[in-house]
Amino acid sequence: MMIEFHLDRGSGVATYLQLVHQVKRALRLGTLRPGDRLPTAREVVDALAINPNTVLKAYRELEREGLVEGRPGLGTFVQRSIGGARLADHTALRRSLEAWVRQARAAGLDRDDMETLFAMAVAGSPREGTA
Amino acid sequence: MTTALRTTGLTVRYRRRRALHDCSLALPAGRVAALVGPNGAGKTTLLHTVAGLLAPDAGEVAVAGEVAFMAQDKPLYDTFTVAETLTFGRRLNPGWDDAYATARLAGLGIPPDRRVSRLSGGQQTQVALTVALARRPDLLVLDEPLADLDPLARHDVMRSLMVAVAERPLTVLISSHVVADLRDTCDWLIVLNQGRVQVSGDIDDLLAEHLVLTGPAGSAGGPAGARVVESSLTDRRTRLLVRGAPAPDPRWSARPADLEELVMAYLRSPEAAALPAPRGVSA
Repeated sequence: MMIEFHLDRGSGVATYLQLVHQVKRALRLGTLRPGDRLPTAREVVDALAINPNTVLKAYRELEREGLVEGRPGLGTFVQRSIGGARLADHTALRRSLEAWVRQARAAGLDRDDMETLFAMAVAGSPREGTA
Repeated sequence: MTTALRTTGLTVRYRRRRALHDCSLALPAGRVAALVGPNGAGKTTLLHTVAGLLAPDAGEVAVAGEVAFMAQDKPLYDTFTVAETLTFGRRLNPGWDDAYATARLAGLGIPPDRRVSRLSGGQQTQVALTVALARRPDLLVLDEPLADLDPLARHDVMRSLMVAVAERPLTVLISSHVVADLRDTCDWLIVLNQGRVQVSGDIDDLLAEHLVLTGPAGSAGGPAGARVVESSLTDRRTRLLVRGAPAPDPRWSARPADLEELVMAYLRSPEAAALPAPRGVSA
């Protein structure tokens, strides 16, 4: 199986949206690629003990966004990736980010500190130069 | 969307007491519906009427296809083995699917030669559920199937029921007084209170149209545009569960209601209702 769904039952996020987000994340990461088959509703239900209509609702949403395609009798298949190039292909960017993480650790930052800084940098970048 | 079950004006009296009063609801095919309500609300009476075990004093039940019913006190014979139970089911039911029943119990690891009395509560429920499913019903009616099970067994029973729903067209109506057991497995909610249908609808739609508002004390009416289902007051704050989108009001903070809050709010306010508009009439 190319993707294994999991549920965060305390998150307050609707179950079908959790499945949608996990597929999108896998598409960004490149662990799901065009042509891959998503697990059948029965497979997801057997793993997570959820209503099959919830799985079908998630797949309909992904189909509406043009990311997957249901082929009757065969299954649901990935149509396209997200973000042009797959993240895994951005080797140089990942390397520089890893170097940054090493620096941050050396400076005594923990994971939460780093994630906060990273989120600030992402949120701040469109307003570059106005600060 | 076809309708698997429709009740119209269903009324049942026991001696002078009215157990069901004018119950009308429509359940679309393929849904897994949770029937919830306090003890004595009329859940078992409604299920017996749907299963054809009880004739209503007024009103009608229409089911598209075959119904299988699993009573709360799992109808199994203690002295039978699992295999004998299946043989019994085969003899009683013309449309019996023996290959399915045998494969289902094997998949669950329940030994055919074990006596029913020697099975765990969860296994007994699985055998009774297998007997109901092997009849290949269009509508499966389950009365408190999880009542006497521990949390792990409840999870396993619901998981295997969901697999059965995924495998073929099947509508399920399942009663319970524990809402938490049904959160991930049911997609339709029916609230029965004092013999009346108070809520019937798609769970995601119901959750999307109800909010919990918290605001200043002494304002039980809430902000404009909100229909208050339930209000609770403390010295300092008012907490409301409302239906519909209120006008933005800085004095009130809003968050989505969860299923348990929604059910509790309606049960505490028997006069409130969330029912579909009559057909042909837009809201």
